[in-house]
Amino acid sequence: MSVAPVEIERTEWDTSSQETPSPDTPWVTIVHNDPVNLMSYVEYVFQSYFGYPKDKARRLMMDVHHKGRASVSSGSREEMERDVQAMHGYGLWATLQHDR
Amino acid sequence: MAGLFKPARHGGASLTLDPVEVSILRNLSVQMLELLGPGDEPAADEDPLARLFAEGPSKAPEDPALARLFPDAYGEGEDAAELSAEFRRFTENDLRDRKREDALAVVRSLDAAGADRKGRSQVQLDKDGCAHWLGALNDLRLTLGSRLEVSDDPDEAEGMYRLADDDPRKPLVMAYLWLGGLQETLIEVITR
Repeated sequence: MSVAPVEIERTEWDTSSQETPSPDTPWVTIVHNDPVNLMSYVEYVFQSYFGYPKDKARRLMMDVHHKGRASVSSGSREEMERDVQAMHGYGLWATLQHDR
Repeated sequence: MAGLFKPARHGGASLTLDPVEVSILRNLSVQMLELLGPGDEPAADEDPLARLFAEGPSKAPEDPALARLFPDAYGEGEDAAELSAEFRRFTENDLRDRKREDALAVVRSLDAAGADRKGRSQVQLDKDGCAHWLGALNDLRLTLGSRLEVSDDPDEAEGMYRLADDDPRKPLVMAYLWLGGLQETLIEVITR
């Protein structure tokens, strides 16, 4: 199943904000798709660790499944390192990066 | 029909296994413990506090299954390798400890399970036990999945279900699929 790309209209102020991220730019935790983890398990992890309601957890899980990755949380670098560490604890493949 | 989880009292889960299933699950868990390696227990004459400050490895494991269990934390950017190495030094030991505890919990509950008149083991898990088993089952599936090179390709996935009886991968595939059923039913019990 493929997902139609979303067209994003870029305005001038939008492109100017694409420069090198400043130190306080929020970071995000990305969960990547893998062929082994069960869909029900990924959904369960999003609910139990992040405390997300079932529908949000399910939507994020479907994004991981169909788009290959989903941004599941955002915050400071320290907070995202904590989330990534927790995701690795659950056996999910996760990384952190600057939000863009 | 292989054993699967059922709800038990007080939010726990129960599992009935025949002796062959017990031995498969126990063997896989022991192999997982061997793969994870021994814990870094301080020697008798060593300051116990030293363990708290001991640094983990900075390089990703070479074994593909271990590399999947302990992935890099930074995937993008020029300094991703350096940042991943630093993250690994401070987190991998704890992560290994946790996975070791999960696998050990499975071995212990299998050994503690009493057998009924037909020789079947009754595994009873409380909430803590469910959490350990869920983690251990996932680690086992990730490891077997890595060994079997499980992919997202539907044709390859289909092929995995139709291996000839004499295919050397067949026993591992059967175990992999059964572990998936165990994990799925355990999640159903936990989230009901």
